[in-house]
Amino acid sequence: MSILIDRETKVLIQGITGKEGMFHTRLMIEYGTQVVAGVTPGKYGENVLGIPVYDTVIEALENHAINASGIFVPARYAKDAAFEAIDAGIKLVVILTEGIPIHDTMKIKAFAKEKGTRVIGPNTPGLVTVDQCKIGLLNTDHVMPGDVGVISRSGTLTTEITASLVKEGVGQSTIVGIGGDSVVGSTIRDILSLFEQDEKTKGIVIVGEIGGTMEEEAAEYAREKMTKPIVAWIAGRHAPEGKRLGHAGAIVEGERGTAESKIKALSQANISIAQVPWEVGELMKKVLL
Amino acid sequence: MEFRGWKMRLYEFEAKEIFKKHQIPVPEGQVVESPEEAREAFLRLKPAVIKSQVLIGGRGKAGGIKFPEDEVQAQRFAEELLSLSVRGYRVRKLLIERRIPIEKELYSGITIDRSEGRPVLLASARGGIEVEEIAREYPQEMIQEGLNIQEGLPSYKSREFARRVGLRGKGLIEGAKIFSTLYQIFTRYDAEIVEINPLVKSFNEDLIALDAKMNIDEEALWKHPEIRQEDEFLSDLEREARKSNLGYVEMDGNIGVIGNGAGLNMTTLDILRYYGGEPANFLEVSGRTYMLAEKAIELVLKRPGVKVVFGNFFGSISRCDVIAEGLAKFIRDGKLTKPMIVSMRGNGAEEGKRILREVKVEVYEDDQEAGKRVVELAKSFV
Repeated sequence: MSILIDRETKVLIQGITGKEGMFHTRLMIEYGTQVVAGVTPGKYGENVLGIPVYDTVIEALENHAINASGIFVPARYAKDAAFEAIDAGIKLVVILTEGIPIHDTMKIKAFAKEKGTRVIGPNTPGLVTVDQCKIGLLNTDHVMPGDVGVISRSGTLTTEITASLVKEGVGQSTIVGIGGDSVVGSTIRDILSLFEQDEKTKGIVIVGEIGGTMEEEAAEYAREKMTKPIVAWIAGRHAPEGKRLGHAGAIVEGERGTAESKIKALSQANISIAQVPWEVGELMKKVLL
Repeated sequence: MEFRGWKMRLYEFEAKEIFKKHQIPVPEGQVVESPEEAREAFLRLKPAVIKSQVLIGGRGKAGGIKFPEDEVQAQRFAEELLSLSVRGYRVRKLLIERRIPIEKELYSGITIDRSEGRPVLLASARGGIEVEEIAREYPQEMIQEGLNIQEGLPSYKSREFARRVGLRGKGLIEGAKIFSTLYQIFTRYDAEIVEINPLVKSFNEDLIALDAKMNIDEEALWKHPEIRQEDEFLSDLEREARKSNLGYVEMDGNIGVIGNGAGLNMTTLDILRYYGGEPANFLEVSGRTYMLAEKAIELVLKRPGVKVVFGNFFGSISRCDVIAEGLAKFIRDGKLTKPMIVSMRGNGAEEGKRILREVKVEVYEDDQEAGKRVVELAKSFV
């Protein structure tokens, strides 16, 4: 068991003929992912690493069973690509693209909600169910199979944290990069609830960072609903102060958003907070006992 | 993190030009850059107020707004204001604006509710500079309504908001129109915030936007070529970094920092502080800019006071070998004037470490050891 993806997941790659799309498709296949089709408008009939390329998502769906799409389309066209996948009925859409305007993301999120689609990202390194399936570009040199779920707002930092788990012999079930933008399709809280329901997952690591209120909301959710132990690392205790969005931002977010606020909220929910990133592995090992 | 997607702040006068274009009433005004121009503008607009144009809050409290009695005083105030700094940022432009008789100050704004991922409209019958305190003390008086971006802000909702902030008759119709227009501006310009504080009701029931605040999502600027494309809020080094798409923020310490990814970069600052070190900056190379390591190190060294440089990299889409090659080129050109310590893991790390060892850089397997070493070294220079 795992969440969102496993060895049965059949993946479509939108933007498969681009430089990034092609490069990471190869790594995904090498990892064992079933990439069954690709889409790049105007490139019907080509193939990438033996994978057939179609002009539209519906055309790909007419020819293949598909459960998830990974989007590597450049930022200016990413909203359209995401709408295409959601409209075609794909239930898991992972947007790897960086630099999508926030208004576009808000529209994607609203449309996905209407259609019952789960969106991960944008600006995410993607997700990995260890030794089974990977959508995106997470480095898998420092992961091992096991029972701990990882939820991260960061890319490179995710690998730093999984490396610390591996060092202590703590394996992972699924690693989910939710994306670093201020608005994302799925929040920490959303993914926590999936891990709570997953029988295989015994503990969860949250890799948060300053800005926004996602960690505080996750803490509230954890206090009320979570039974599994959680360890967190919050990056940015000593980062330069983030800039608030005028009075309106301060009114909406209140005193939340700082590292202190997040650490306090998470601690009150009985979540163990690492003082340095390499402590995450030891702490998780301890709480799993 | 806020370093991704820099906010593009507009000056009050720029936001007001947009408001005016979309028929939100604003006071008549003129932008000036010299005391003489200020005098001329005052004579034309009197009674008038002089407002410093800065991209940071706290202008009023810093003495950036003046109410001259006559043109002589207007010229003198303008001279004072043009040599003023508001929280470290020089005032370069002034807005001379006709004074409006105020009966009541309201507040209205639209921003992004980041956790819900949708627009949120805020409105209150009480506005002014203390609006945040008012919202804390009287939360029931601050309307906060999440909006469905697919449906937008229908007129009937705008009228209901206007009613709830106490507007009636002609005032209600005008207020509703302002809310609707504000929402149109918010979506039309990919704004992260549009705010009118205060929205003033004058004695003849007219509503007028006395102040205006607007930020545009930097990632969407390409859609809006009519908007100024450069954020004047940045320091010189920050602006230079922005030109290369590098996320750079100045800090006060003596350890220069480069890393890939914002999360890892912030963690690097945390690690340095954990060992008692003081970072001099935050500099992120990303999946889009990892080939610019040479430029990145150059920027880090430009900050006075940097004694040591710490590069912390975990190769992902941004490959360590490419980053190492950029750093090595800088070193081979003889430009590295301070010691550098690097930690490298992940994609391309083995090759990257080999490249750096060749140019005599101290390289570590992880940031625990490397961070400790960097701080020791930095302290030895103090």
